[in-house]
Amino acid sequence: MEITLTHYLVLSTILFSIGLIGVMRRKNLLMLFFATEILLNSVNVALVAISHYYGDFTGQMFAFFIIAIAASEVAIGLGLLVLWFKQYNTIDLDNMKSMKG
Amino acid sequence: MFEAIAFYLFSFLTIVMFWITVTTKHSLYALTALAAGMIFISAFFFILGADFMGVVQIIVYSGAVMALYAFGMMFFDTTRELKEKPTKTRLVPILGALAALLVVLMVIAPVVGENITAHYPIDVAIGNSQAIGMVLFTKYLVPFELAAVMLLVAMIGGIVLAGKMMDEDYSSLSEEQIDEKEGAVS
Amino acid sequence: MEMFVYIALFAPLVGSLTAGLFGAQKKSLMVGVFASGMLFTSFIASLLLLVQVLQGHTFHVEMMTWIKTGDFNVPFGFVVNEVSVTMMMVVTTVSTVVHVYAIGYMDHDKSFNRFFAYLSAFVFSMMILVMSDNLLGLFIGWEGVGVCSWLLIGFWYHKESATWAANEAFIMNRIADLAMLVGIFTLYWNLGTISYEGIFATVGTADHGMLVTAAAFLFVGAMGKSAQFPLHTWLADAMEGPTPVSALIHAATMVTAGVYLVVRMNPLYDLVPEVGIVIASLGAFVAMFAATMALVNRDMKRIIAYSTLSQLGYMFVAAGLGAYWVALFHLMAHAFFKALLFLGAGNVMHAMSDELDPFKMGGLGKPMMWTFIMMTLASIALAGFFPLAGFFSKDLILEVAFVGGHPILYTVLLLTAGLTAFYSFRLVFLIFTGEERYKLFGFHPHEAYKYMLIAMSPLLVLAIITGFTFKGGYYEMVTALLPAGEYHIHNPIVYWIMTIGTQLFVGAAVLYAWIKYKNAKVDKKVEAGFFYQLLFNQYYIPKIYDEVFSKPYAELSKMCWKLDNTVVDATVDGIAHVFYGTAEKTHTMQDGNLSSMLRWMVIGLVALIVTAVIFIGITVNADAIMKLLGH
Repeated sequence: MEITLTHYLVLSTILFSIGLIGVMRRKNLLMLFFATEILLNSVNVALVAISHYYGDFTGQMFAFFIIAIAASEVAIGLGLLVLWFKQYNTIDLDNMKSMKG
Repeated sequence: MFEAIAFYLFSFLTIVMFWITVTTKHSLYALTALAAGMIFISAFFFILGADFMGVVQIIVYSGAVMALYAFGMMFFDTTRELKEKPTKTRLVPILGALAALLVVLMVIAPVVGENITAHYPIDVAIGNSQAIGMVLFTKYLVPFELAAVMLLVAMIGGIVLAGKMMDEDYSSLSEEQIDEKEGAVS
Repeated sequence: MEMFVYIALFAPLVGSLTAGLFGAQKKSLMVGVFASGMLFTSFIASLLLLVQVLQGHTFHVEMMTWIKTGDFNVPFGFVVNEVSVTMMMVVTTVSTVVHVYAIGYMDHDKSFNRFFAYLSAFVFSMMILVMSDNLLGLFIGWEGVGVCSWLLIGFWYHKESATWAANEAFIMNRIADLAMLVGIFTLYWNLGTISYEGIFATVGTADHGMLVTAAAFLFVGAMGKSAQFPLHTWLADAMEGPTPVSALIHAATMVTAGVYLVVRMNPLYDLVPEVGIVIASLGAFVAMFAATMALVNRDMKRIIAYSTLSQLGYMFVAAGLGAYWVALFHLMAHAFFKALLFLGAGNVMHAMSDELDPFKMGGLGKPMMWTFIMMTLASIALAGFFPLAGFFSKDLILEVAFVGGHPILYTVLLLTAGLTAFYSFRLVFLIFTGEERYKLFGFHPHEAYKYMLIAMSPLLVLAIITGFTFKGGYYEMVTALLPAGEYHIHNPIVYWIMTIGTQLFVGAAVLYAWIKYKNAKVDKKVEAGFFYQLLFNQYYIPKIYDEVFSKPYAELSKMCWKLDNTVVDATVDGIAHVFYGTAEKTHTMQDGNLSSMLRWMVIGLVALIVTAVIFIGITVNADAIMKLLGH
């Protein structure tokens, strides 16, 4: 039973859809951040798998930079979240309606 | 055989962990499940021979990012159950699956369609970490430096954003008191 | 000397642009003086060129390339030869006089500066028309004078009738210009060139049928500009413009452009005598036709306009019969005395607060002696009395018709000469002699400014002396380019009988006018008669045009308008409604909820990716799909 690239890509698809469901379903901003992490990780899995099966470092490099970006995103995002929470005492999405058109 | 067992085992665990993260009502559960999922993801990296990436995954994600979340959550009241009105529509899972499927289709279309020649081929003779280091500090030096600067900026930004008036706990103040303070600051 | 060519051409443009700069400002005398000065400069340059041409030099300058695509090469080329220099002299002389005159005439008009901008622009266009060395350049000048004519007829645009007349003139000319373009295209298509030199060099070997087509179409263009039947109605209506405009554009220069075109293209028309005879016949018809309308009209300017029309007919008779130099000579002489006549009429209008009905005037000879003298002399010249300009030019045309063996044309023209004398002097007698009827209407006539009269005097002198002083020299010069031909009746007895007979006939016509109109009696019975009504209503032609062309066209336009409303506009509105509707339905999407926004984002993403996947699928499997479809 050989594990092929397709296996990894299917796994990545499943993880990505879980992440997307999270993004769409959850109303808590923190949960939304978690879902975003899942999305990023699923892509990382796909990239590293492709890198492995094609013998090319590029995929790993991309995954590496994605991790770096995810880390900075978390730092800034959490900072904003804390600020928002201090201001309004809630991080529920349904209460953020200042963008109403 | 060993590889297959490991793959299926970790796939199962990762999916379950992430599913819990997405569905649970307790943010602490979610955090914990996410951290576990991250670690399981790193297992795939080790299976795929990307040792360096696996280590980075554990250190950065499971270590730094999760710790950051953990600290961040201290600002919020994490013990209480999250009161959410989850979207009821059935559209959400369908859309999620469809989007994911399509994204993967897009990604693998060129992979399947033509023979890819490796830009930076993996040399088996050299260790993964060493090889990554060589590629990273030669071909990807500029992006690497940019990423470093970006992380620095993010750090400073995080401190500035979250660290404003750390001595005040706004959540325990009444609206009027907050307004007063805001007025005094601005 | 090339410098003078450019000076003659561009000095009016400088004047026009300068005046245009002050177009919106309030009246400034300097503008008029400057524009007139520029015209005078142009006149002097033309005069110097004339001297050179008389010594046998001609000039052909190419300023720069205009259009160059493949074999088609049109430069901005200008030529000064015996014919064009004659026209240049006529144009610059009359326009200089008219400019100076207009300073006085437009004295009280608040659009004084604008007037000079237009008037000088007209002269510039006319110079291009005259001097261009190719048909396309001529066409540009042709359109340029058309535009300026439109601007100037509609100069008092607040008057409904003026704008209507301007549009009528413009539209009629467009119709004719289309034919002219077709003529130019025909020539280019068959001869491969549109420069005069090139056309004249190859025209001899060209197919005869093609030449007939080209000549006929070019003549239709000339008919429009020279207001020949059936495109003549605009000229009388064009009298809505200020009188200096009528003098310059609608008597002396622009309307003669058609004659000039035929004269200029003489090698072409020489080859197609059948077209020439049509031109001559039409010319004779128009001469008679217009003169009859002038007999009964009660509008001073319209009478002169019909007279112009009639004289243009004479010119076409000469041009059609191959006597190009005669046509050009009559053009020149006519320009002088007709401009003089118009300017005199302008003086009368000024004196009478723009009253145009000569029956309300009478006895103006006393307060306006100089105008009286000038207009009388101009009328004498027009009627063709010895020794004024008209005698030499117009009688020559009669002789051309006689010698050429066209007795019918000769008879028509002779009769018309009588009519001409009659209506000219009818006008003079009604205005200047008899009872002072204007007192009844409370007018206080006064003579025009001195400098206006002085400005007119060169025209007066020219109207008197052009015949007996210039004719010989002119003939020598022009026949270098135009086919020479002395149209002398060889039998001296016949010649003298004809000449004296014509003079007596014309004199009798004048006498009859005197008897009939010295007291400005209006014969009610005649007025009610069929012929009077026919003539007074201009043969009902404007009415016929109105019924046959204007009203059906208006109906058609209304139908199109409805079609536009119900189909085109409705489609556009429908599209707008679709957008409004969709927006109305979908704006709930933007409820400001981040969560639903995220959902929409994902939906959009899915839609885009689906499109991309389908597209890629189609392109990758294009061959298979085509096979499946059976190709």
